[in-house]
Amino acid sequence: MKELVVISGKGGTGKTSLTAALAVLSSPCVVTDCDVDAPDLHLVLQPQTIQQQPFVGGRKACIITSTCRKCGKCVELCRFGAIRHKKGDAECEEGGFLIDALACEGCGVCVDHCPERAIELRPNVNGQWYLSRFHGGYLFHATLDVGSENSGKLVTQLRRAAHEFATKRGVPLILTDGPPGIGCPVIASLTGASLALIVTEPTVAGLHDFERIARLCRQLGVPAVTVINKADINPETSDRIANSSIRYGTDVIGMIPFDSDIVRAQMAARSVVEVSDGPAARAMRAIHSTVMSRLEKALDVHSGEFITIDVTQIDNVKSKGVTT
Amino acid sequence: MKIVIASGKGGTGKTTVATNLAFLLAREGLRVAYVDCDVEEPNGHLFLQPVIEREWPIEKPVPVVESQRCTQCGRCSKACRFGAIISLPQRTVVFPELCHACGGCQLACPAGAISEKGRRVGTVRAGYAGTIQFLGGELDIGQPMSPPVIRALKETPLEADLVFLDAPPGTSCPVVETLRGADMALLVTEPTPFGLYDLQLAIRLVRALSIPAAVIVNRVVKDGEPFLQWRQRLKQLPVPVWAEIPESRAIAEAYSSGTIIAQNVPEFARELQPVMHKLKASIDEGTCRHQW
Repeated sequence: MKELVVISGKGGTGKTSLTAALAVLSSPCVVTDCDVDAPDLHLVLQPQTIQQQPFVGGRKACIITSTCRKCGKCVELCRFGAIRHKKGDAECEEGGFLIDALACEGCGVCVDHCPERAIELRPNVNGQWYLSRFHGGYLFHATLDVGSENSGKLVTQLRRAAHEFATKRGVPLILTDGPPGIGCPVIASLTGASLALIVTEPTVAGLHDFERIARLCRQLGVPAVTVINKADINPETSDRIANSSIRYGTDVIGMIPFDSDIVRAQMAARSVVEVSDGPAARAMRAIHSTVMSRLEKALDVHSGEFITIDVTQIDNVKSKGVTT
Repeated sequence: MKIVIASGKGGTGKTTVATNLAFLLAREGLRVAYVDCDVEEPNGHLFLQPVIEREWPIEKPVPVVESQRCTQCGRCSKACRFGAIISLPQRTVVFPELCHACGGCQLACPAGAISEKGRRVGTVRAGYAGTIQFLGGELDIGQPMSPPVIRALKETPLEADLVFLDAPPGTSCPVVETLRGADMALLVTEPTPFGLYDLQLAIRLVRALSIPAAVIVNRVVKDGEPFLQWRQRLKQLPVPVWAEIPESRAIAEAYSSGTIIAQNVPEFARELQPVMHKLKASIDEGTCRHQW
């Protein structure tokens, strides 16, 4: 079983449009939407949900107001400014204390050091994840409550579910649509994948962000290839990206020309390869066959393999030997 | 006044709007600052080309265990909810990447064996682009948590009437960190189903934080039924639309080469005029008109 993760560094370069095209062309496959902050793949794949489960992403402090003596110890110790206590704060009772759930990281310092034991950590449901069926296979996707933490944890949970499912059903390919950036959910999406596909665009920002994500792939030991979207809008910068990708060992395997059919397909809630035979659709078909042959040579992923590694433990991944 | 430029979806034009508004308002004589809070993939410097005067590392305090004092009692591992410190029979191991710097282990240690040491997670750069004060953060590659860098940016004093904070995409903790304490949010979207869906998520977030907001629609192609339908759905959302910037090859080319678009494409500057008027009015009133 192989897993391809589509990633970009910079947002809005066309990850989801390309993933949707690859998903349709690779049928049957299991697809995972790991951009849990702003998931969009379901808008194109139009799946039907089979199963839904809550995501418990850590815990949050909660003050038991009847026991609280308002000593202020928690305010003094909290490093995240998560305890509101201002007079005049409409939501606080006169002189009372309240946890700001968006600021609380669930560290439990206030719980452990409250002299009245008036604070508890309670499990916090901060999202839902779904198994759905679309015309080309199955989609694992999620919604994270706005302002939530632990998006990396949710990504790991989604990938774990997708791996187990694909193993059971004998599906040989998992396609993962990754989030933008290089932080925790991106690391969680990439760790242990067979191959990363970096989608970039020929702009100064695209080039700058490409180099950062290419370096992250290298650091995580995930082999990567590059696709330049809208390559023809600035051929000179496309060349610079191609040169840079040689340096990072993430060679350019395809260029997608600017094509208004991409937006037209999105408006029609379809993948571009289903509704168009224009230049972008043709380029995506060619990219699909190249990626599939690259994947044959890439390492297999095994169900459960990357899961023992916590998403944020890069140091440990590198030094090995430490498990949690 | 602190204005966050956010979006939900990536690549809708946050940096374009933020850098150009900063440029145009500074040209009118306002004291303007631009702060790049997209520390995972910062791009503002590519367009503003600031002269950097100062650069300093951002550190996160992580525990250091003094082995002579440590009795391996295990209270630190028990106190840590993130698995970032583990007491083994022979020694106590710290995993800095997992550490949230809450200080819980230090408080829990009865032997006083734990102290804190700064560990580098990123860099902050400060300088000027013309009269615009520039502040930019950059997360080190491989570091998972960006909030400490964003926090450091926001703690850096600025002398400006108007501060533009360029947010990362998404709706989770780095965006919350950027939005905290802002006077208003400008949400940049594009007229596609993805743009609209992610805009709705962004609206829910700013509402949860009680921050007033307005929308800027980027890359608008006005003709055609699909756009009109899209705009109909946009109008049902509880936020005012301040500008619709047309799709244009001249704008796309100016962007792709890393220039300040308003300097080279006058029509683009014209499209931002209404936004500038509204921002200036808000400064005069000392508040933002739109309330949840």
